[in-house]
Amino acid sequence: MLKHQLRPAIVLTFALMVIVGLVYPGLVTGIAQLLFPRRANGSLVVVNGRVVGSRLIGQTFASARYFHSRPSAAGTGYDDTLSGGSNLGPTSARLDSMIVQAVDSEVRLDRAVKGRVPSDLVTASGSGLDPDISPASAALQVARVARARGLPDPVVRALVARHTRGRTFGLLGDPRVNVLALNLALDSVALPHDPRHPPVH
Amino acid sequence: MAAVKRPLFDPRIVRRAARDSFLKLDPRHMVRNPVMFVVLVGSVLTTLVLIADAVAGGEGRGDLGFTLQIALWLWFTVLFANFAEAMAEGRGKAQADTLRRSRSQTMAKKLTDPADRRATTSVGAGELRRGDVVLCQPGDLVPGDGEVVEGVASVDESAITGESAPVIRESGGDRSAVTGGTKVLSDFLVVRITANPGETFLDRMIGLVEGAKRQKTPNEIALIILLSGLTIVFLLAVVTLQPFAIYSGGAVPIPILVALLVCLIPTTIGGLLSAIGIAGMDRMIQHNVIAMSGRAVEAAGDVDTLLLDKTGTITLGNRQAVKLVPAEGVAGRALADAAQLASLADETPEGRSIVVLAKTGYGLRERDVQGMGATFIPFSAQTRLSGVDLDGRRIRKGAADAIEAFVAEQGGIVPPGVRAAVEAIAREGGTPLVVADGPRALGVVHLKDIVKGGIKERFAELRRMGIKTVMITGDNPLTAAAVAAEAGVDDFLAQAKPEDKMTLIKREQAGGRLVAMTGDGTNDAPALAQADVAVAMNTGTQAAKEAGNLIDLDSNPTKLIEVVEIGKQLLITRGALTTFSIANDVAKYFAIIPAMFVTTYPALQALNIMHLHSARSAVLSAVVFNALIIIALIPLALRGVRWRPGPAAAILRRNLWIYGVGGILIPFVGIKVLDVLITLLHLA
Amino acid sequence: MTLNGWLQILVFAAAVLLVTKPMGLYILKVYDGTMRWLAPVERAIYRLGGVDPDEDQHWTRYAAGLLLFSAVSMLVTYAALRLQGHLPLNPFHRAGVTDRQAFETAASFTTNTDWQSYSGETTMSYLSQMTQLAFHNFASAAAGVAAAMALARGIARRSAGKIGNFWVDLVRGTLYLFLPFAFVLALLFAQQGVIQNFHPYVTATTLEGAKQVLAMGPVASQEAIKQLGTNGGGFFNANAAHPFENPTPWTNFLSMLAIFLVPAGLTYTFGRMVRRQKHGWALWSAMFVLFAAGVTTAYWAEAKGNPIHAAAGVDVAAGHGNPGGNMEGKEVRFGIATSALYATVTTDASCGAVNSVPDSYTPLGGMVPLVNIQLGELIFGGVGSGLYGMLVMAILTVFIAGLMVGRTPEYLGKKIQSREVRMAMLYVLIFPVVILLFTAASSVLPAGLKGLSNAGPHGLSEILYAFSSVTGNNGSAFAGLNGQSYYYNTLLGLGTLFGRFAMMVPALALGGFLAERKIVPATAGTFPVTSPLFVALLVGVILIVGALTFVPALALGPIVEHLLMNAGRLF
Repeated sequence: MLKHQLRPAIVLTFALMVIVGLVYPGLVTGIAQLLFPRRANGSLVVVNGRVVGSRLIGQTFASARYFHSRPSAAGTGYDDTLSGGSNLGPTSARLDSMIVQAVDSEVRLDRAVKGRVPSDLVTASGSGLDPDISPASAALQVARVARARGLPDPVVRALVARHTRGRTFGLLGDPRVNVLALNLALDSVALPHDPRHPPVH
Repeated sequence: MAAVKRPLFDPRIVRRAARDSFLKLDPRHMVRNPVMFVVLVGSVLTTLVLIADAVAGGEGRGDLGFTLQIALWLWFTVLFANFAEAMAEGRGKAQADTLRRSRSQTMAKKLTDPADRRATTSVGAGELRRGDVVLCQPGDLVPGDGEVVEGVASVDESAITGESAPVIRESGGDRSAVTGGTKVLSDFLVVRITANPGETFLDRMIGLVEGAKRQKTPNEIALIILLSGLTIVFLLAVVTLQPFAIYSGGAVPIPILVALLVCLIPTTIGGLLSAIGIAGMDRMIQHNVIAMSGRAVEAAGDVDTLLLDKTGTITLGNRQAVKLVPAEGVAGRALADAAQLASLADETPEGRSIVVLAKTGYGLRERDVQGMGATFIPFSAQTRLSGVDLDGRRIRKGAADAIEAFVAEQGGIVPPGVRAAVEAIAREGGTPLVVADGPRALGVVHLKDIVKGGIKERFAELRRMGIKTVMITGDNPLTAAAVAAEAGVDDFLAQAKPEDKMTLIKREQAGGRLVAMTGDGTNDAPALAQADVAVAMNTGTQAAKEAGNLIDLDSNPTKLIEVVEIGKQLLITRGALTTFSIANDVAKYFAIIPAMFVTTYPALQALNIMHLHSARSAVLSAVVFNALIIIALIPLALRGVRWRPGPAAAILRRNLWIYGVGGILIPFVGIKVLDVLITLLHLA
Repeated sequence: MTLNGWLQILVFAAAVLLVTKPMGLYILKVYDGTMRWLAPVERAIYRLGGVDPDEDQHWTRYAAGLLLFSAVSMLVTYAALRLQGHLPLNPFHRAGVTDRQAFETAASFTTNTDWQSYSGETTMSYLSQMTQLAFHNFASAAAGVAAAMALARGIARRSAGKIGNFWVDLVRGTLYLFLPFAFVLALLFAQQGVIQNFHPYVTATTLEGAKQVLAMGPVASQEAIKQLGTNGGGFFNANAAHPFENPTPWTNFLSMLAIFLVPAGLTYTFGRMVRRQKHGWALWSAMFVLFAAGVTTAYWAEAKGNPIHAAAGVDVAAGHGNPGGNMEGKEVRFGIATSALYATVTTDASCGAVNSVPDSYTPLGGMVPLVNIQLGELIFGGVGSGLYGMLVMAILTVFIAGLMVGRTPEYLGKKIQSREVRMAMLYVLIFPVVILLFTAASSVLPAGLKGLSNAGPHGLSEILYAFSSVTGNNGSAFAGLNGQSYYYNTLLGLGTLFGRFAMMVPALALGGFLAERKIVPATAGTFPVTSPLFVALLVGVILIVGALTFVPALALGPIVEHLLMNAGRLF
């Protein structure tokens, strides 16, 4: 009985492997490359011919001139070859001290009020690559960024508003601000009176 | 033994059961019941821990009193379950013992030569073998089950059936079977014994109620598999709890682990399961029905189709005259007069009923036909008429076509009015008898089947339970349809021959239905053998009784309905207690889990929603509750769950509330109460 | 909890309801042979494989075919992973996978579990991802549905004894059910930004001048079948939290719907097959009740957040652009509600894909996925396995409570007697045996404790979750547990095999036994299997049988951790 079934077992394994393992992904790749090449290739952001990242993948921003991304547990931070979360549990002392630190740094940097720090800004995302922060986290950073860049708050706030994406169909997901896009937009704004970077005439 | 109503706890039975509960601790017996076997092992283990602690002294000592109590209650749990089984057996045995006693004293007159009734040897009834032939004379007890080979006698079967009126037993035909223990009142019988000692009905019955010989029924086996499976699940849950506890920072004492295990495994149903089965058989016996196997009792609950003989079951034995329809121009009284004359010498119940009707309806008193020089013409298969010749009048009564022939022969014709009346009566399901005086058809007697009182309601009940009733009758379809409608059966089989019955059963079974029927004649035997539940009348032939799987000692065909109800009650009781047993676990978790980890994780006290006094009292309360609930439910197991016939959905809803939801809530209350008591008594 | 959060959950539930019937009818056509548009391919495969498509198989033969196919394909995958370094489509020259990991991965993907102790972006070549892992995503899904169809046929057929042809079910399920849907879904994903290419990794220079390597690969095609087939094995380590796997709320929504698509549809298919559509909906309803209870608990717990973190200064109240709650391990684009919903869906069904990190959930929020798995992966469940798991529970329900109506139990006209109960109990026993024993061993053995990244009750939860996940063929993880050791790779791999085949074979046997039985027509006396009462009862039995088994373990894991968290204890 088993011998009779061995042939179909072997043949079907390889036949299906070819169909669903090669033909199917090949076909999908072909069509995707044809129809939406930019997205199929990673929604890369190219500035002056150089890839500066992907719209979908967050990156680390340490400078006060930039909006900061969330803490990341991917490698040393936003390492796309080591995606993942902290995997620390709710009663983890390590997680607690990380959060306490992050809160303290927000209090220092952005004059955040303890107890009012947006929950996403001091916690690591699941992927470690979260490209977004919440509108509240962005709002908290506006004053600091504006100060660092010598921009009036409303200009920065307007930029944030422009880069805030609402829910899909007004329903799905949460409102969010793409940090890379926002920071790129910041860089492209003329910098009128920055004390450290005097305007070049 | 018939219909002996015993109090639930007959002191003698209780005493014996109490002793038996200890005898049943024999591991060879316990292993038949995996759930209770696990409790036994747990009890032994706890006792060993107790002894070890006592010997070792030191730290363990402080817990000695507590461990002792746990151990005791675990032993009680086992004993209570054994007690339940012993009680059920005791009650069954008590029924059987009455009979057994009568038989053991019986001496038989064994015939060395069956043809010669004079040469008898006296032997004990217990020594008779199948095929032996015995002589029974007035005053003798029939020494064993057998078949009458010669003679006619009236027999008092009250010892078995409870029916005081003697019955006739004769060789050949459908009344040839005799049962051991019955008493011959008149004449004599030569009986060929048909059962070896130990194989008679009584022996089989005794065997069925005695645990050791009792065979488990299919549903019971399936249930035991389920319960064993659950026991393994909980065994795993409890055994693995120790490593988890060690991980968490502190091992749990073994007696507490055992306590948790015993509380979780389905001891309630596990302990009462065999009692329920025995009690079900016992209830059959109380209804004077002997189940030849537990399987038959179970199958009775499953019956989808009941085949019921019309006569005797649905209708009273015979048709009765209910109305006279005179022909045009004939006075009612004249018809009554002729009908009475034609029936005076007719001793059939139908004939008697015509005479009665003439008297009650027309004030005609009975006359002495013989004295008037009348010639009685009995019914013959050729003419299919009966009647009387009197003063030159030739009065006949008979079926319409027979009378038509008779009238035509005399040169008359049956007037259209009479024909119409005949048809009308037939349409209503009655039997029309036409009365003619020579060439004149005087009118029609309306004979009608009288449906038993209350039978329609019974059938309606059955229908609500989803059971289809089929009436079997030899009548023509028209008559059958009318009786069927009046009695409220779902279907009928008219002009039925024995082989039609068989075909019907096979057809129903092919459709997946379970069929029950009653029967008594030899020609019923094949159908009885084919039916899933076959109730043979005790008055029936040996062949019928051997083909059946239930025997009704009262020979009451309506009993089939009760048989079905008892079968259902057995299954309901099993299901209800299973559900109750499993539902109980919820509360026990809430009692024991927080108690177990009171030192490791005091935070778990949040789960102590019953606010039990201490960890020890919590564990002890749960164990005590678990043991006592078995005792508390023994009456229910023995009596069976009360239920009213109705649709399955309604029965289920009701039982779920009581045994499901109740099963979740009751232990919360019970454990709390026990905790208060235990605390008051400073037991823990 | 926000109104929008509830609306999202509600809209998702409505979508599941809407797709059930059309999907059910579609599946029916796939397996009754009426769908034929790939007939030439089908015929070619049968001819090549020497399969007689008209053969109707006894359950033993059906099971033997299934086991043999699984064994062969698992061996092929083991070999392919070990030899990865010598095979093409390996742009980064990834070496062969280690023996323990190759065994675990091959077992895990063959069994529809997709437990991954490796991270995809650093371990697997494109060839391995596509021809091995994605292939198993199709094949194990088709095998699962095949087993469910076999059991369903057994219940539907009258006095038959034969339950279909495994090879035909496998091929038709792959070609007609999973392939077309995966194809469409993959393109929808790619349109949203899920990558689909064979490029080498891209190195970007970030705005602050750092180097960032961006992983590439044929992700969309794999992502689609990973959800549809309730496989859950991610292309990347972060699984569906990774923006390249799940870039937008819309892909997230489609993913969740894809997970429930086939399992929900199967309840309708089953209703059709047994000619009791209302019973199909009753099963659906029981699943739905459990789903709703799970998502409510998870959403409540996660939205409430962690009091310890609140004390540290985090604003756990949602509003004014702040997601609030417990955002550790969650993506901003999904937020609390959809993350909790996703975690519920992925563990209701034996998918195991995650868009957030279960390990970092609050204790009760994380207990929901755990309990979902422990209840038997039958809340819609894995493709096929969800239905047969639910059918086993329905049979047990009918057996336990059915007696209470005064008949020996029958399910859809089939008498349930000892051999059926034996198979059902065997099925039920696998979970406690494997999960509890393996977890118990790991919670005291040094080899087991070495893998923990969290101490205290959370550590126990991690181990318990791991073995529940593999045995339930889920594949999601409290990923803090480092499963990369001979000890864990071996035990977890074995767990997947037991959880799959030791349960599937009794289910098939049950189908075979039931197929032989006559069908008793339903009457007023028959145990009702279409009423709300039945649904309540079924849910009750699932909870009692499933949960009571694990209550002690749960009490020492998530439950006590919840109480300790509220008391502010740290480990």
